[in-house]
Amino acid sequence: MRAPVARPVAVGRGRTVPVPAFLTVPSLLVCAAVLLPVVYLVVRAAGADEGVLELLLRGRTARVLLNTLLLAAAVTATSMAVAVPLAWLTARTDLPGARLWSVLAALPLVVPSYIGGFMVVTVFGPVGALQRALEPLTGLARLPDIHGFAGAWLTLTLFAYPYVLLSVRAGFRGMDPSLEEASRSLGEGEWTTFRRVTLPLLQPWIQAGALLVALYVLSDFGAVAIMRFESFTTAIYLQYQTALNRSYAAVLSLVLVALAAVVLVLGEQRGRPRFHRLGAGAKRPARVVALGRWRPVAVLFCAGVAALGVAMPVGVLAYWLAIGVQHGDALTRVLAPTARSVTASALGAGLTLLMALPIAVLSVRHGGALARFTLRVMYVSYALPGLVIALALVFFAARYAPAVYQTLGLLVFAYAVHFLPQAAGPLRSALQQVSPSQEEAARTLGRTAPDVLWTITLPLVRSGIVAAAALVFLTIMKELPATLLLSPTGFDTLATTIWTDANDGRFGRTGPPALVLLAVSSASMWLLLGQEGRRA
Amino acid sequence: MSIPGTTHETGRDRRAAGERPAVVALRAVTRRFGAVAAVDRLSLDVAPGEILALLGPSGSGKTTLLRLVAGFERPDDGEVWIAGRRVAGGGDWVPPEARGVGMVFQDYALFPHLTVAENVEFGLHCVLVAERGPRTAEVLDLVGMRGLAARYPHELSGGEQQRVALARALAPRPFAVLLDEPFSNLDADLRRQVREEVRGILTSAGISAVFVTHDQEEALMLGDRVAVINAGRLEQVGTPEEIFHAPRTRFVAGFFGRADFLPARVTARGLETEAGLVAQRVTPLASGDGHVELLVRPDDVTIIAAPDGAGTVLDRLFAGSEIIYRVALPSGRVLHSRQPHTVELPRGARVAVRVAPGHPLACFHNGAALEVEAAEPSSPRERGEATA
Repeated sequence: MRAPVARPVAVGRGRTVPVPAFLTVPSLLVCAAVLLPVVYLVVRAAGADEGVLELLLRGRTARVLLNTLLLAAAVTATSMAVAVPLAWLTARTDLPGARLWSVLAALPLVVPSYIGGFMVVTVFGPVGALQRALEPLTGLARLPDIHGFAGAWLTLTLFAYPYVLLSVRAGFRGMDPSLEEASRSLGEGEWTTFRRVTLPLLQPWIQAGALLVALYVLSDFGAVAIMRFESFTTAIYLQYQTALNRSYAAVLSLVLVALAAVVLVLGEQRGRPRFHRLGAGAKRPARVVALGRWRPVAVLFCAGVAALGVAMPVGVLAYWLAIGVQHGDALTRVLAPTARSVTASALGAGLTLLMALPIAVLSVRHGGALARFTLRVMYVSYALPGLVIALALVFFAARYAPAVYQTLGLLVFAYAVHFLPQAAGPLRSALQQVSPSQEEAARTLGRTAPDVLWTITLPLVRSGIVAAAALVFLTIMKELPATLLLSPTGFDTLATTIWTDANDGRFGRTGPPALVLLAVSSASMWLLLGQEGRRA
Repeated sequence: MSIPGTTHETGRDRRAAGERPAVVALRAVTRRFGAVAAVDRLSLDVAPGEILALLGPSGSGKTTLLRLVAGFERPDDGEVWIAGRRVAGGGDWVPPEARGVGMVFQDYALFPHLTVAENVEFGLHCVLVAERGPRTAEVLDLVGMRGLAARYPHELSGGEQQRVALARALAPRPFAVLLDEPFSNLDADLRRQVREEVRGILTSAGISAVFVTHDQEEALMLGDRVAVINAGRLEQVGTPEEIFHAPRTRFVAGFFGRADFLPARVTARGLETEAGLVAQRVTPLASGDGHVELLVRPDDVTIIAAPDGAGTVLDRLFAGSEIIYRVALPSGRVLHSRQPHTVELPRGARVAVRVAPGHPLACFHNGAALEVEAAEPSSPRERGEATA
């Protein structure tokens, strides 16, 4: 029996069967919720005393913009420079220990950027571990200050390059080796084949990874704040914290959103993998390239990356733990923040799913203007950094809804708006795997549309729902800027505890919560990679 | 509503009992996707107990037609009636769950999280709880699947899944069942067997059925009537015999079997073709210069090795008990000829080509069929001499 063929869904067709109200009404509410932060920021910026234009044209804005663009470009470039060779080495060569290196090389992704930032400062700071190790040899009392651009660049590259690595590796996996063989049979040499066939085929995957890195840099708050580098997020946070000029914070936020949107649109247009494997021949593994005398160099390269991305975080974490234990720091201190983190994350994941479900069903199963609109809105929310959402909600609540200001409810709502795309993604792919004919069969058997959703669709996408919930839960655990801005007074979570302690220089106390967060983060990465494996 | 003739064997007589109202009726239904009309002003009736085959090439709109009946598509124009009730068109809209129409999907669409029995029971939610079990058992008996009631769909073979899907569609006693390419997911051997089973089940259930197929053999074997659809329009509807022997359009003729079209000129003696004279009469043409096209099937064409013959063997397609020869005429036109496997002609051999049907050949002018009748040949020899 052949595999069932899913009928193309009636998207974009003219008069299809009407979309039921039990989907349209919640979807519209969710769209409104997602658009609320941006719309409010626009309103706020427009209502500024000075004109928006003057605010925009301040010298400071240009400097922040330049800083941010430079950082994003530099991190993206170095990420590609590190990740593409790594991907090739682990996927296509006889590199010794290729499996081990491929796992190690992906691991840095589990380190949240604020934890990564502290680690980099701990090691490379002016009087950090490196300086102490070098002092007996060189007599240097201080190293050049790592804070600023260099530190932000190093930290973000170290902990974001795996986005490119994973994407490119997926590209290598999906590539039909016979294309390269065809090139060789047409008389092209090994290097020409790589340049004219392999690299162009990989290009969409490289771009897809680079897009993720660029968006990561634009929205990152933790690393740049610790490195005291003036990018959009730190500038916005400063404006908010010092309450100097809230309109200016709104304007900066809008520019940041616009920037992220531009990156997103550019990356999507040119970066979506367009090259599909054609033909039905059985897939063979690609030829393994012999490294020959380059093997030691290759191993050294992999070891260097792994030392910075894996050994350094593990070592620093162990060091902090040891210091904490030495100081008699009660490990139980981590329990209350963990409980708060779990509570907020569970509530956030629940609300996120509730909000994602109607728009996922609507966008996958129904055509028409509303479905297209919800997809656009979800797309927009990808470009919204957590800090911007939080800031908009702070402004909004402070002015219009003081009752919810600094409540758990508002924090949970911010999480839901922020992580909606993360929940909608797995839900949508799960829904796409359910053949619409199963739902249609249920209709012809006399069940109404809501009934079918309940008895057929939801049970069939249960694993997708579980995956989405787990992913959102774990991601919320790590979230820093929105939690920082919106959590109720005294509601210290794991992320905020680490941030405050480390900012006050009490690194020793950050050991236990950082350990918990790394565990949580590893679990979420494992889930995410498991999903990608299924989709591939 | 037109009820075709009653000259068929038993089993097909069910639908012939006079003018009963149609179970499913389409009235000038149009469904457009963008600028393309997938279904174009199409009217069709399904009689009680009748099995109607919707036949057409892929993309002809036959599946859309089925989905219009089921309620998954809305007509842009026209009306759909089911059991005397207007379910679409004229401001009415009845959702799929309220139409009383069962459907068997191409991929069967069995619910993977429910057992066979639960799948069948799914449509019985409006039936009294006490009656659900017996009805489930009854339809599972009908399809011979009662022993596997506790299985899950993935534990069944393709043929078994097919039968469960049919049982599930039949369980709520719908007015009609719709089957979308029901056999396309089965391999050739199984398909033949399941086809007969399904026809038996539908017949014993006494239910109206509409099924979509692009396989002409399937349509002819399974359908009480066959409706040939092309580009969203109804080309012809009739009994399999009518469709096969008296195609009303060139498209229908070309759709069945290997068909060649041979240009001919109408003369007083018969039809003059490149492959000789075919002695048959056609109704006088209203217009044109008497040029028509003859439908020639491989068994209408004989070839005889002849060094001075006008035809050339291009190729031979070995098909076991017979051989199909591709023969080029002087003009370059190619005809197919069916020969017993004992006839062996090499590629390039010269042959005399003769169109010798033994029955009137369908004849078309501008794509539409002309009335044909066999003409008495003026002498017995004349027919024999219709050689090239």
